[in-house]
Amino acid sequence: MADNYVISEIEKDYILALLDQKKRTDGREFNQHREIKIETDLVQKAEGSAIVSIGNSKIIVGIKATLGSPFPDTPDSGVITTSAELSPMASPFFESGPPSEAAIELARVTDRAIRESHCIDLSKLCIIPRKSVWILFIDFYILNHDGNLFDAATLGAMAALSKTKIPKVKILEDEEVEILEETESLKINHYPVSVTTYKIGKNNVVDANLKEERVSDARITVGFDEEDHIVSLQKGNYGVYKPDEVLQIIKESLNVSKNLRKELMKAIS
Amino acid sequence: MSEIKVENHEIVIPGDLLAEGEFRCGDGVVKRGNSYYSTLIGLFQDKGDFIQVKSLKGKYFPRPGDLAIGKIIEVGLTSWIVDIGSPYFAILSGNNATEKRFDPVKDDARKIFDIGDIILTKIISFDRTKDPTIITNERGLGKLRGGRIIEIEAAHIPRVIGKKGTMINMVKRLTRTQIITGQNGRIWVQGKKIDDELKAIESIKKIELEAHTQGLTDRIRAMLSDNQQTTLGDE
Amino acid sequence: MAGDGTTQLIDEKGKRLDGRKLDELRPIEIKIGVLKNADGSAEIRMGKNIILAAVYGPRELHPKHRALPNRALIQCFYRMSTFSVNDRKSPAPSRREKEISMILSNALTSVILTEKYPRTTIDVYLQVLQADGGTRCAGLTAASVALADAGIPMKGLISSVAVGLANDKVVLDLFDIEDQKGSGDLPLGYSPILDEVSLIQLDGVFTLEQFEEALHLGIKGAKEIYEIQKLALKEKYSAIRNEVADEIKPSKKEVKEVPKEEVKEAPKKEVKEVPKEEVKEAPKKEVKEPPKEEVKEAPKKEVKEPPKEEVKEAPKVKEKEEKEDE
Repeated sequence: MADNYVISEIEKDYILALLDQKKRTDGREFNQHREIKIETDLVQKAEGSAIVSIGNSKIIVGIKATLGSPFPDTPDSGVITTSAELSPMASPFFESGPPSEAAIELARVTDRAIRESHCIDLSKLCIIPRKSVWILFIDFYILNHDGNLFDAATLGAMAALSKTKIPKVKILEDEEVEILEETESLKINHYPVSVTTYKIGKNNVVDANLKEERVSDARITVGFDEEDHIVSLQKGNYGVYKPDEVLQIIKESLNVSKNLRKELMKAIS
Repeated sequence: MSEIKVENHEIVIPGDLLAEGEFRCGDGVVKRGNSYYSTLIGLFQDKGDFIQVKSLKGKYFPRPGDLAIGKIIEVGLTSWIVDIGSPYFAILSGNNATEKRFDPVKDDARKIFDIGDIILTKIISFDRTKDPTIITNERGLGKLRGGRIIEIEAAHIPRVIGKKGTMINMVKRLTRTQIITGQNGRIWVQGKKIDDELKAIESIKKIELEAHTQGLTDRIRAMLSDNQQTTLGDE
Repeated sequence: MAGDGTTQLIDEKGKRLDGRKLDELRPIEIKIGVLKNADGSAEIRMGKNIILAAVYGPRELHPKHRALPNRALIQCFYRMSTFSVNDRKSPAPSRREKEISMILSNALTSVILTEKYPRTTIDVYLQVLQADGGTRCAGLTAASVALADAGIPMKGLISSVAVGLANDKVVLDLFDIEDQKGSGDLPLGYSPILDEVSLIQLDGVFTLEQFEEALHLGIKGAKEIYEIQKLALKEKYSAIRNEVADEIKPSKKEVKEVPKEEVKEAPKKEVKEVPKEEVKEAPKKEVKEPPKEEVKEAPKKEVKEPPKEEVKEAPKVKEKEEKEDE
């Protein structure tokens, strides 16, 4: 039921008409995000945490680390796993229940940006190959949904990971692992951010608010690392793009990504 | 014996003791024993022997005769379900929709109003046990085209309208827009220029934000006059 | 679950592990209106607890057959975030969360004037971002201000705190360690205005004397919390008025229409004073001279003339008078 919001024809026409005049309902430029706020270390019980707002969209990310077994095909790598919950708190149109498709997509798209950028060296999370590794749970809760959760989720994940402290461990004789009080910061090698562009009619705008999102036909979320590599990409929804359009969007997104990374680095420095 | 315990226009919250003795009471007040308590967050109003708490927030409660701006969210064979921003969805039946008789065999409900359409309606009945019934077959009612819809707290609509419409008429005049205010907190604004619409919306938002304050008309006039030197010249 | 009571929780000076006295609350901070989509919302920080409350409703209930013909259904959903506790919690709702949701729903139902909204639901979502003992109580405290913020009519607010036993002493507002190692826990929801207990649970071993002491201590704590709730709600609405009061002053001076005394008297912070001077503006005066005739006629006259615009006007005026008349 995450999608039973009916947008009125008047609102839709208004958004479209404004866009054709190169204006947005909230006065932003096409390539401009809403105001971004990043707050870290809110939750001390988590190994790392962050609250990110983009305009009225608000999302909290918490990182928990647990000892567990590695996957058989990557015996000497730690594991990262993401989950997202579109809590009914966040919107009158969300209902409680198992994760919706939208929540799954959000978690997986964000997971990809983090994983593929190799921002965390997973081998460093291995304690005893084949036996014991750190599992990092990256959990998102949407607190207020006003569109474009993707960019907020990646910012939140990176801000939280940057502040994550993992306990040190001692390997005992019988390969038992003892978790020590002392912690160390997780080493971050790269700082991926994602930029989501929504196609509304013929126009492409970044960071749609909820109403823009509801009238959009498609979206593209691209993750970039700080060396301008594309590390992830996801096209969402039913609409289609011309190849040139995709290129254009990616180039524009790359520029936008630099602003987002500035916000990220400011928040974690 | 009768005694008022709070200042007129003071902000009160649920449970606040308002008065003791004999009073008539309006919305937002309950009597327990000889005492009167607030049930709402709002402005206390002392009108002599009559006290009430004017709500500052909350869902729209339909009343027969209200004009409301609704959104079609479901289309049936012979009726529509309309979101009027109240706790209850409203029902618009075929025969209340158009001046012509609605024939479910020949007429296609979707061709009259479709999902997502915004309509200006009048509430004709509502008694809490049944969903509100609305009509669109009177003059001036029906589908709204173009323009823009904004939503504010329904409780602030009387403030937006002002005494005998003074506030809203001033906004219309100074921003050169057409404005329809629904009692349900939805307002339709249309101007020739988008900037005019934006100014009208800005002033309505300001009225909402400062609804529980005094001297608002003057401040809105000042705001619109500052921004709109040219408009004033036009008049 | 209460602990065995053997861990030392109170030192020789009568101080608790976090330095508090036996009858002392943790620091509490309540913010109102923190979530824009919700009809009402609040954030509470009570010690290290961080909890968000969001209220939606009254609204239509799905599935419809669960609706009650004579009153609103109150549904509270208490959920812990996976990272809110030391060991990651599974994201699926636990039996504990379901039970707490139920007792919180019951407590809230008792103070809401549910008969005003038959057949609807009022949904209260509580999300625990960080747990440090007494989350259901902090959640209930937050839920009740979020409901007020949503404009839901209520008899009064509920203020809630847990009382417990630490080394056989009755202590107020248990935090995490006391909750786990102490020998008794008594969450209490209480409305000071109504003098009503709307939530009470207990686990552990209390003597009758301890129980009585605990109940009284809980009520004392609830009363202190009530003052904080009240302040948070009043501050939110007064803040806007204060800002405006500041704004009025200079503009009035410029205009010079207003007699000087008024300007002087309009104090910046003391909100109460401001309205008096300017009551002219307030709609209330109208009420006494209800110009019903005019109003009734107005629409008719106008409707005959040009279309849309007039029609819009007419009913509005009528509405307004009706409202003020009540």
